Amino acid sequence: MPTERKDKETGENKKGKRIGCLDTRRAVLASGVLFAALFLFMAGFLVYFVATNEQDMVNNSYNSRQQVLLSRNYRGTIYSRDGQVLAETVTDAAQNETRVYPFGELFAHVVGYSTKGRTGVEAQANYYLINTNISLSSKVANDMAGVKNPGNNVYTTLDVRLQEVADSQLDIYRGAVVVTEVSTGRILAMVSHPGFDPNQLSQIWDSLLSDDDSSVLVNRAAQGLYPPGSTFKLVTALEYIRENGEEALDYQFSCPGYFQHGEQRIHCYHSISHGEVDFTLAMAKSCNSAFAEIGMGLDRTAFSKTLETLLFGRELPLTMSHAQSLTAASEEMSDSEMMQVSIGQGKTQITPIHLNMITCAIANGGVLMRPFVVEHVKTAEGRTVKSFAPAEYGRLMSMEEAQILQELMTAVVEEGTATKLSGREYTAAGKTGSAEYGTKKGNSHAWFTGFAPVENPEICVTIIVEGAGSGGDYAVPIARRIFDAYFSDQ
Amino acid sequence: MQEYITELSRYGIAAVMLIYTVIGFAAFFSGRENSRGIYRFQCALIFLLQLICFTDLAVVSRDYQYVFFYLFVQIFLLAATVMVPIIYETANRLLLNNMCMLLGMGLCIISRISFRKALKQYIIALVALALSLTIPYLLTRIRFLKKLTWYYAAAGILLLAGVLLLGQVTNGSKIRVTLFDAITFQPSEFVKILFLFFLAGALWEKRTIHRVAVTAAVAGVHVLVLVFSRDLGSALVFFVGYVFVVFAATGNALYLLAGTVGGSAAAWVAYRFFPHVQERVLAWQEPWNYLSNESWAVTQSLFAMGSGSWFGMGLLSGRPQTIPYVEQDFIFSALCEELGVVVGVCLIFVTLNCFLLLCGMAARIRDRFYQLIVFGAGIMYCFQTFLTVGGGMNLIPLTGVTLPFLSYGGSSCMTTMLLFFIIQGIYIRMQQEGGERHADRAEG
Repeated sequence: MPTERKDKETGENKKGKRIGCLDTRRAVLASGVLFAALFLFMAGFLVYFVATNEQDMVNNSYNSRQQVLLSRNYRGTIYSRDGQVLAETVTDAAQNETRVYPFGELFAHVVGYSTKGRTGVEAQANYYLINTNISLSSKVANDMAGVKNPGNNVYTTLDVRLQEVADSQLDIYRGAVVVTEVSTGRILAMVSHPGFDPNQLSQIWDSLLSDDDSSVLVNRAAQGLYPPGSTFKLVTALEYIRENGEEALDYQFSCPGYFQHGEQRIHCYHSISHGEVDFTLAMAKSCNSAFAEIGMGLDRTAFSKTLETLLFGRELPLTMSHAQSLTAASEEMSDSEMMQVSIGQGKTQITPIHLNMITCAIANGGVLMRPFVVEHVKTAEGRTVKSFAPAEYGRLMSMEEAQILQELMTAVVEEGTATKLSGREYTAAGKTGSAEYGTKKGNSHAWFTGFAPVENPEICVTIIVEGAGSGGDYAVPIARRIFDAYFSDQ
Repeated sequence: MQEYITELSRYGIAAVMLIYTVIGFAAFFSGRENSRGIYRFQCALIFLLQLICFTDLAVVSRDYQYVFFYLFVQIFLLAATVMVPIIYETANRLLLNNMCMLLGMGLCIISRISFRKALKQYIIALVALALSLTIPYLLTRIRFLKKLTWYYAAAGILLLAGVLLLGQVTNGSKIRVTLFDAITFQPSEFVKILFLFFLAGALWEKRTIHRVAVTAAVAGVHVLVLVFSRDLGSALVFFVGYVFVVFAATGNALYLLAGTVGGSAAAWVAYRFFPHVQERVLAWQEPWNYLSNESWAVTQSLFAMGSGSWFGMGLLSGRPQTIPYVEQDFIFSALCEELGVVVGVCLIFVTLNCFLLLCGMAARIRDRFYQLIVFGAGIMYCFQTFLTVGGGMNLIPLTGVTLPFLSYGGSSCMTTMLLFFIIQGIYIRMQQEGGERHADRAEG
């Protein structure tokens, strides 16, 4: 049988001796292999899709299966770092569910809400909150009793006391405060003003939406874009250090209160003349003229690369919804634009969380930890479903660069614009900013970003107070209270 | 109690499916397709799976209808798994098992979506089985099948053209015909059988360029009529079927290349001139940007798969009804949603298993006419599965074809079953006559 077949096959092959010719049997088997590969790929695609997209699919607001889950489970509880309830679902005798936020306005933005769409932790951790991982026997018991299963509980990194201090210090001002742990990226406090009471959301919803002016619902800490003002000098300084190494510290400039280049003149804050300044003093005193001159000497292509590594114009490694910071630096930009960029004015805009991340990287020796709010997910019975360990994002700058920037920021506190932070039981470092906005001269947002203690940075604080005035006068005192509160604790 | 059953069945179904699939492949690769032990074990798994699924359905719904339906389905499955081997001792049992597994799962999931439709599907499956049982007998008797080549083509084209002229418009496509105000059917499904016989008849003997070109023209008419009926999915299945049968008949891989080039050109023309094709492509490229209109169906399908995750939401616990035409075009997504992606992947592999079995058979058949039929049937079956399953997971644009055996749709179910029994008949015939003798006759 085999010999006869072979003869036939060779006969066939002779008949059709062309390129790419196989006999029918081989063609059939080749097709089998081809389709097997196609099906393997399809199965792989399906597995990959589910493995990577499950949470997004469940969370999408067009997916009505959330209601299926919510008809079986009630939303889990959100806890602060020390176990206080930040959000919980309360069921009355008639089985009506209400989402209650015991702290009212305090955590309105960072914890968010879940009734009119979802924001904050309520959105980020929605998948966990509406799913349940309690034991089968508990499910059976709930089923018998005719009650829903408790969704998984979410434990956050938020610190109630720091949040309260930040909130009360920001007072009636609009603005934002971000407090993070340097070595881990834990977000300890995140305040955005003006706030709102999520408990009253359905009553105040229409008035919130119709109010175009104050953007109450926007989490200014992550979604608010502001001109960075002098805080951006940290970035300009970093680029200068990159291009000049240790020699950067030899920089000298004689400040008459302004810097003239062609038609364009850059003024120091209130046109104060700083006299003879070196690199450190230029930073400490926040000398616009010196930094405009430094900026003019920078390699614009290299600068735009540095901006990219610092995540300008890019998605931040954050799970909460946020805005992308904007900046423009390129070979084509004009000198006058370059001077504006160097001192954080012009087209550059940044979110407070982004500035906080850059500051954290400086404090952490150049390495950025991914900021996170959700730390653990546990069942109602206390069994851990998932833990989120601190995760490194990557290195934004070298250890040496971070070291020099830390020294510059220390000088800002010791002899510069943030002296209100000196002489405490802890050492602090930072940078102030008074970012001009709008067309009217003299209106400025007060910025401060910094960390403490200098020797072994633990927390990083970033503050913006809208339209208040200078950073040294309005933002630094808030930072002091937050540092005070943090260190008095220990 | 219900919680225990639901939870256990989620994992139980996945486990049984997994074992079934692994055994199927083990049997295929070890060449023991007809080992009695394997056959019986697989059968037991099919019935176990049915028991778990319907117990879950009955317990969760507290609806006695499911108990009755379960009994009906078991009667069908018993008839198929017990009667067929009694009547035709040499039937390929692995293929038979796969068919029963897929049909059983299909009936189960359709009954979960619409009980009325499941009953209809069940009756059609029963009729199809009764008809199919005669096919192997007829195939071993009738000798003139090879001579009707051009009649198959004429009948096929006439049927398709008839639908184009007389058919009713459903969702923009003219693909269905209603007879006597009662029976609606989709002729393009049945034409698949005629088309395969035509291809095999035209190419089993002569394989010259001239013959290939003439066949291409006739096959092209089929495809064009389907395109004008706006049944693009079927048009694609016919086209791919043609290309691969030519490849197998001539053994010339250049035809595959020519088919790919021609197919791409045709796809480009279709994209340029048909707005509904552009819509599908757009929905495929950027599903999340056109979520509330063009991409509604595919994103709902993705939601279903994503929400189901590995072990599914449990029968009756998902929301497959949110996907438009779920019981026809997206039955696979509904399965993944409620039974889990593990089961979904297993089903993909069971389909592949069927296809490989057909390829294996085709490779051994000496009569080229039947060889091409078996191979072409395998290609069309396999490619149609790829179109609908791949479309549902947004791997490729949606084409709107049924998933053979699993989807609701009488014509699809009946056609696929008839084809599978034609294959069984050919397989039985091959064993009866022995490969060689017949091959001689075919060559000479």
